Amino acid sequence: MAAPVLNKKPGATTATQSLTLGKALNQGLRAAMEADPKVIVMGEDVGKLGGVFRITDGLQKDFGEHRVLDTPLSESGIIGAAVGLAVRGFRPVCEIQFDGFIFPGFDQIVSQVAKLHARTLGRVKVPLVIRVPFGGGIGAVEHHSESPESYFAHTAGLKVVSCSNAVDAYWMIQQAIQCDDPVLFFEPKRFYHSGFMKTEVDTTATPDPLFASRVVRAGSTATVVAYGPSVKVALDAATAAEEEGRSLEVIDLRSLSPLDLGPVFESVRRTGRLVVVSEAPSEASLTSEIAARVQQECFYSLEAPVLRVTGFDTPYPPAKLEEEFLPDLDRVLDAVDRSLAW
Amino acid sequence: MSSPEQWTHPEPREGPAATAAAPTAEQVIAGLRATSEGGPELVQLLTPEGERLENPEFDRYVADVTAEDLRSLYRDMVLVRRADREANALQRQGQLGIWVPLLGQEAAQIGSGRALRDTDMVFPSYREHGVAWCRGISPKEILGIFRGTDHGSWDSNAKRFHPYTIVIGNQVLNAAGYAMGQRFEGKVGDGDSEATMVFFGDGATSQGDVHEGFVWAAVYDAPLVFFCQNNQWAISEPTERQSRLPLYHRARGYGFPGIRVDGNDVLATLAVSRWALDECRHGNGPVLIEAFTYRMDAHTTTDDPTRYRHSDELEAWKLKDPIERVRVHLVRHEHADQDFFDSVQADADELAADLREFCFNMPHPPVNQMFDHVYAEASPFVDAQRDEFLAYQANFAGGEH
Repeated sequence: MAAPVLNKKPGATTATQSLTLGKALNQGLRAAMEADPKVIVMGEDVGKLGGVFRITDGLQKDFGEHRVLDTPLSESGIIGAAVGLAVRGFRPVCEIQFDGFIFPGFDQIVSQVAKLHARTLGRVKVPLVIRVPFGGGIGAVEHHSESPESYFAHTAGLKVVSCSNAVDAYWMIQQAIQCDDPVLFFEPKRFYHSGFMKTEVDTTATPDPLFASRVVRAGSTATVVAYGPSVKVALDAATAAEEEGRSLEVIDLRSLSPLDLGPVFESVRRTGRLVVVSEAPSEASLTSEIAARVQQECFYSLEAPVLRVTGFDTPYPPAKLEEEFLPDLDRVLDAVDRSLAW
Repeated sequence: MSSPEQWTHPEPREGPAATAAAPTAEQVIAGLRATSEGGPELVQLLTPEGERLENPEFDRYVADVTAEDLRSLYRDMVLVRRADREANALQRQGQLGIWVPLLGQEAAQIGSGRALRDTDMVFPSYREHGVAWCRGISPKEILGIFRGTDHGSWDSNAKRFHPYTIVIGNQVLNAAGYAMGQRFEGKVGDGDSEATMVFFGDGATSQGDVHEGFVWAAVYDAPLVFFCQNNQWAISEPTERQSRLPLYHRARGYGFPGIRVDGNDVLATLAVSRWALDECRHGNGPVLIEAFTYRMDAHTTTDDPTRYRHSDELEAWKLKDPIERVRVHLVRHEHADQDFFDSVQADADELAADLREFCFNMPHPPVNQMFDHVYAEASPFVDAQRDEFLAYQANFAGGEH
């Protein structure tokens, strides 16, 4: 295996590495820590162990215990202490071990992280990143498969993003760390180590802006919008639909707050049909927000109501039922059928 | 009379299990709750009668305090009380939406506030107008919070006095993180080092964030002084609803020193705060200080303490007034004459008049204020909402309504 290339060498035009999504995050974190000594990583088991998903693997060894902190088992503490560190001038990157464990830190996120900048009319910045492995499909016990992103997108003062592939993982984590606002960073944990997600990542490329959506597959029959782990589901559905002669346009939202819906409006004005895919329950969620805004902006272009394919409005079920709970290729295609038949 | 120590058993396996403190009917009637005395371990340098007590452990932390310093401490307490009373009156007159009085807690706040150095950092709760004063923050800069024009207008970076935190206990974790940063940056280790002080009340000690703050500061050896003002009441709930133990005892469970000081004794709070900060500067932090004091007024101007506490209790605490004991001490030792007291009173009245004038003339905040600082890097969505609303408002400009 070739040694990882972290920095562009003088005269070199490209420096690519073949990375899984998880390894791309690891390399992105490493690059951010090398670029700025104020970047610190903190969370439960992120040091010696490298995190339960190994996303911070090797960082403590190379950057030391004061830059990669194995913290007490205390999520409010992780976020609350990170606020103080950020006020002091650090750029903390917090790891919440699993999506369902973020709630003890919810108070600090909503009451302090989100509001300090506004409270001080901009005098205090809180440049911290909260990494959250999220979503289901890993056969886990309760609280390990949730999609809580809508709570945070709902909260003014927070920015929320989600990566769906290794290239974005590498760049978006670095961009989130550079951002002067607090960023909730949702990572599709079930694809961390998936071989089929392994991609050539050009570490010398110029990345897309962080808070921008992207058309990941062009099409003309209907538009499918997704983010995080659902992007792959949408892309698989588009491939299957093609065999039936249907051309689906797939848009990866990437930024969940602020939403960058310009490309979605543009697409819907052409296709007239929109299906929104997310693992999160549908009620009062990001998918309902997208539906509301699309009907407002594209009212006369819509040939059918905006349809949503989401997790159900139930607590995340025991693992033997998650295949039914999670949006899959067939449910996306079914929604496309219903939209076209309207 | 029962003491908090009775609420738990000193030795394990002896006697029945402990129960939460419940004062007897006689004690309640007498206004003498279990917490109205500080107990034998209370650090006190100046009695309520103004007598200076010798203290072999803490005298050296105030050995440099001259008569002039004492007059200055007195002056600060009188001024912050005057500003507090003025703000309370401004609320009663409809000029403020609410006020959070500090009456009775002047010594706890001026003593600790004056122990701090400019390079130290402070994380207040929302009643720390006296500490703010010591950080060079005018009461005017606090007024906006209670008039509803802003959330505090001081520069928290320059003054090293964090914005007021209203969610109970949140700031304790924020302070722990800040103090960890001081340590990570190598600013701890000798007498010239930095430290952080965080303020919270007896009610906050039941919050998870405070307990987590104790853990974090302890395991990272953070230079953090936990300054708990036990003013005996969390709105209507007495301290015995928060703890079986005297609050300063809790520190032991987390592995750092805890101490109870007479919070109405400005000399003792100065000494104990200097000691605690010094410990932190030398890397021996954190430290918990329980300043045993009393909330002489209501929780806020919306509160009515007559519904839950006896006036006898208030009367008992009036005899321990933090300002009066310094005045008596200054007079008895001929450290101050009537001219001094008159000049302080004149300064206080001028401060109050100035504050009142300022309050009447505070401008209405511009509408864009609420939109413009949500993010450091602007959000197109919020910007669009602002522009749309401003355009909507502009429709009415010049119209007759």
